[in-house]
Amino acid sequence: MINKKVNNVQDALQGIENGMTIMLGGFGLCGIPENSIAELVKKETKDLTCISNNAGVDDFGLGLLLHKRQIKKMISSYVGENVEFERQMLSGELEVELIPQGTLAERCRAAQAGIPAFFTPAGYGTEVANGKETREFNGKMHVMEQAFKADFAIVKAWKGDTAGNLIFKGTARNFNPCMSGAAKITVAEVEELVEAGTLDPNQIHIPGIFVQRIFQGEKYEKRIEQRTVRQKK
Amino acid sequence: MLDKIGIAKRIAQELKDRYFVNLGIGIPTLVANYIPKGIAVEFQSENGVLGMGPFPFEGEEDADIINAGKQTITTLPGASFFDSALSFGMIRGQHVDLTILGAMEVAENGDIANWKIPGKMVKGMGGAMDLVASAENIIVAMMHVNKAGESKILKKCSLPLTGVGCVKKVVTELAVLEITPKGFKLLERAPGVSVEHIIASTEAELIIEGEIPEMVID
Repeated sequence: MINKKVNNVQDALQGIENGMTIMLGGFGLCGIPENSIAELVKKETKDLTCISNNAGVDDFGLGLLLHKRQIKKMISSYVGENVEFERQMLSGELEVELIPQGTLAERCRAAQAGIPAFFTPAGYGTEVANGKETREFNGKMHVMEQAFKADFAIVKAWKGDTAGNLIFKGTARNFNPCMSGAAKITVAEVEELVEAGTLDPNQIHIPGIFVQRIFQGEKYEKRIEQRTVRQKK
Repeated sequence: MLDKIGIAKRIAQELKDRYFVNLGIGIPTLVANYIPKGIAVEFQSENGVLGMGPFPFEGEEDADIINAGKQTITTLPGASFFDSALSFGMIRGQHVDLTILGAMEVAENGDIANWKIPGKMVKGMGGAMDLVASAENIIVAMMHVNKAGESKILKKCSLPLTGVGCVKKVVTELAVLEITPKGFKLLERAPGVSVEHIIASTEAELIIEGEIPEMVID
């Protein structure tokens, strides 16, 4: 067994430098690597390019990094929930690249899987396709999109073992499996880290080969963005 | 004239047995409340769940189980979770039968604009571009005119496009319109709404054949 366990978030994020490109898992605030984001705020790493479906809210998630002006560029599909984000974007302090959500996921997966580029119908005939190669397949037009290139991928899983194997829970899975192994170094933070051999190999969602460093997060707030309930009859 | 619930109820009549359906945010979300009796449908949410159920009871919310609108949800028997790449594989691979979404503008050639207004804060397209580029059957739920009273049913979209030539049907507070190779065809009018009213509220030309029936809404 190749041991991927590191002792803490500091060790896990060693080597992250100013100006790097980082992928971060999560959909809204669901399944985000909370502990790693908190540590990046502490480290004051700057000029980051962040690839993440969303940009957090003002006081949580990637909003914490935005607040400290640590992000130079965001690559996302939807960024609507964040006043500071809006201010930085409109003032030109923050560069933003918006791309279709399925294309974002597939550009991660392509990087993970060694596929340099692929064709998708998403965005054809829109400004997303500007400057990109287009081609017809089976009578339908497609746009060529390229795999991401990132220095670090930081993902969050529910359970993991010391071999780096990951299991996700619910819709907290989202982009996390696609980003695992899609960067030079993948860091996984998990709610529960167990010894290799404890998890059933049949139940592993992401094999440890895609993960270089794994640690158990100190605490998880798991904030809910839109709490919606129905009344009991 | 229909309210938002009326639009949702009318669109729900388009659901067919064994359909997998992706619902957008807003009016489309309401469609799940009015599934016709006797049919089985499953709702997909692009953040990675199939077999979405109603909102949880108070105290039973789970931060790890949400829909694409980031709302807490529940799952139904037979549900599954998956990652974002597989989710959009389901969508682009046309395994999802029907997409219902909102729009700012729809044009007579099936173009749709629903993500960006130049000069305003742009929030992003989310999964809309993947959905409209892929689904075989796309129904738009929208208001016929904007707040300024201008038609959103157009000869040509004026806003940046989300997708080209993809919308099949539009349901508004006034009418059900089908997009044909020749343009918008008026299929039904909302209760109490005249054909003249619909024509006056529509910038695009309408194909009107014979008597236009009134929608039947429970």
